[in-house]
Amino acid sequence: MLAVHAADLAKRFTIGRRQPYRTFRETVMDALGAPFHALFGSGGREPDESVWALDGVSFDVEAGEVVGIIGRNGAGKSTLLKILSRITHPTRGYVELRGRVGALLEVGTGFHPELTGRENISLSGAILGMRRTEIQRKFDAIVAFAEIERFLDTQVKHYSSGMFTRLAFSVAAHLEPEILIVDEVLAVGDASFQRKCLNKMEDVGREGRTVLFVSHNMSAVTRLCPRTVLLEQGRVLRDGPSHEVVSAYLRSGLGTTAAREWPEPSAAPGDAVVRLRAVRIRDEAGATTAAANIRKPVGIELDFEVLEGGQRLVPNLHVFNEEGVCVFVASEVDSPWHRRRRPAGRYVTTAWIPGNLLAEGTLIVTVAISTMDPVTVHLLERDAVAFQVVDSLAGDSARGDYAGPFPGVVRPMLRWETSVAPAGADEPRLASLERAR
Amino acid sequence: MGSLAPELSVVRVSAAGDPPSARLREVWQSRELLLFLTWRDIKVRYKQTALGAAWAILQPTLTMAVFTLFLGRLARVPSDGIPYPVFAFCGLLPWQLFVYALTGSANSLVANERLVTKVYFPRAVVPLSAVLAGLVDFLIAFLALLVLMAIYRVAPTPAIWTLPLFVLLALAAATAVGVGLAALNVRFRDVRYALPFLAQFWMIATPIAYPSSLLPEAWRPLYGLNPMAGVVEGFRWALLGAAPPGPMLLVSTLVVVAGLAASLAYFARVERGFADVI
Repeated sequence: MLAVHAADLAKRFTIGRRQPYRTFRETVMDALGAPFHALFGSGGREPDESVWALDGVSFDVEAGEVVGIIGRNGAGKSTLLKILSRITHPTRGYVELRGRVGALLEVGTGFHPELTGRENISLSGAILGMRRTEIQRKFDAIVAFAEIERFLDTQVKHYSSGMFTRLAFSVAAHLEPEILIVDEVLAVGDASFQRKCLNKMEDVGREGRTVLFVSHNMSAVTRLCPRTVLLEQGRVLRDGPSHEVVSAYLRSGLGTTAAREWPEPSAAPGDAVVRLRAVRIRDEAGATTAAANIRKPVGIELDFEVLEGGQRLVPNLHVFNEEGVCVFVASEVDSPWHRRRRPAGRYVTTAWIPGNLLAEGTLIVTVAISTMDPVTVHLLERDAVAFQVVDSLAGDSARGDYAGPFPGVVRPMLRWETSVAPAGADEPRLASLERAR
Repeated sequence: MGSLAPELSVVRVSAAGDPPSARLREVWQSRELLLFLTWRDIKVRYKQTALGAAWAILQPTLTMAVFTLFLGRLARVPSDGIPYPVFAFCGLLPWQLFVYALTGSANSLVANERLVTKVYFPRAVVPLSAVLAGLVDFLIAFLALLVLMAIYRVAPTPAIWTLPLFVLLALAAATAVGVGLAALNVRFRDVRYALPFLAQFWMIATPIAYPSSLLPEAWRPLYGLNPMAGVVEGFRWALLGAAPPGPMLLVSTLVVVAGLAASLAYFARVERGFADVI
């Protein structure tokens, strides 16, 4: 018995000149201009570019199945979710959904900061699709799950972000639809609440409800979902047992952004002195990887060919995060080739970034090779490769047991030195108690 | 590929979309959500204001005072034999209901962008709830009018029972314009800038500060093309015993019905794309 039947789903978005929304003037100007462009041929606006966010996605989900959906940013996950939850419609193809659909694309949908917790439970419940009687029936369970009894009549704007998240998730968790679509909402809240949410979702799966779970948290996907669908460039790349799909995804360096090669020297970046032949992200074992474990060193390998010998070449890296912040710049200073003239030949050099230094997220690497005095840039390849730094909830990384948002450009594992001055001689029993433990 | 079991309702999401009948049924099924959103708008409306709901009385009262001073006293605008302050306030009452419902609904989809892009429900619920939210202000101001009538010793006529019909007509007129503008606003943010101008323009074209009896009798049905002319004159007839609006009201009603149909048809045609362009 199928719960979801998706057939050849495709979604086209128009990009390019067109803005997300337009002003009336632009439309009028275009409309007025169109006859002239038609008459005089060229000189008109260039045709709008379009991209297929989804391009022929088909899959079936049995009732009661719990399926993970993974893929890189831009692979089409969000678009698929929006179609499944009926927020947008496909350009081609269709999906049939059997039973009530509950979609959690965001924590706190429909919450209003000026209203109290009690009021927001009703409002958010109604927006998510609950009947009034249903909300009344589940009210106590929602409050208990969120652990906010004391603040029920406080305006939500005075809530801490943790309280807000707990309440918002709690309302959504009690929706009890036949098909539950969850997007990454577990990436919030503290670790104990996350565990509670994961358990709740497991319960939902055990009750025979169908769950589609989109996440970047690979350990959560593997744990919750027996089956995973991997999307890439709007298509289903793999569909099968989660541990297989997830490990294939982590190994693959999908989209080859983790490795770039220029087999044709004439097309390679560079000049008459030096040409870049390849850039690769490598793990400790030497395998090319798009996903680096936050605890482990990750290497950026430059493969370049020196065409004109006798130059003091300095390979260097500029590493940016998703926000475009330059995390660091590094140049080859500790190698035997530092300040030495290089004879012509093929060089492979790897810069090792230590484990427990980078923050989670996508890192984009620009590579360059220059000579000093005077400074000449012989090659510069912007955004040559990219990789993900992934953290899990094992508790042995710098985030410890906290599973919520963890800001910062870097995430070093620091050495903490603690000294204790006992709180006065009048409480010796406490000290002995400590020692006894 | 199997087939879906029949006992649970099956929703099909495709490029084609649902027929209009199914969508109307869906709006009806979402009436609880509609009332919840209305309730939210009302609850939040005067949060963190010092005067709170007093604004509902203050706005028409101050406008009435200005009208009375400059138009009633200085310009000697006639008022069909009704004390001018009562005359003006009675016109302002449905007008404010209309303009609040209109601007509220026209801005509603853009203001609720998060909802539109994050959760599915029949989109028409949003502008409709914004229209209803104006009723509370109206009821408060209505009590103020009754007080004003008592002060000027103007007794309501037996036709007062027809008043809800005129309220309905004002709301329908606001819906006709507001729902269409809300959809247009998703795509063209010009609506946001055009609205204050539209409201001002429309107010001057509505017999609030002056009676429609200034127009020659033969032209009055034509004046009904502005549906608010029919509503305002209807209010004065039902409450203050002014001349009945007659054929003007018929024209106004027809305009509203036609506008409502056109507006909802446009909304239905574009609503599926809202999440993509908002």
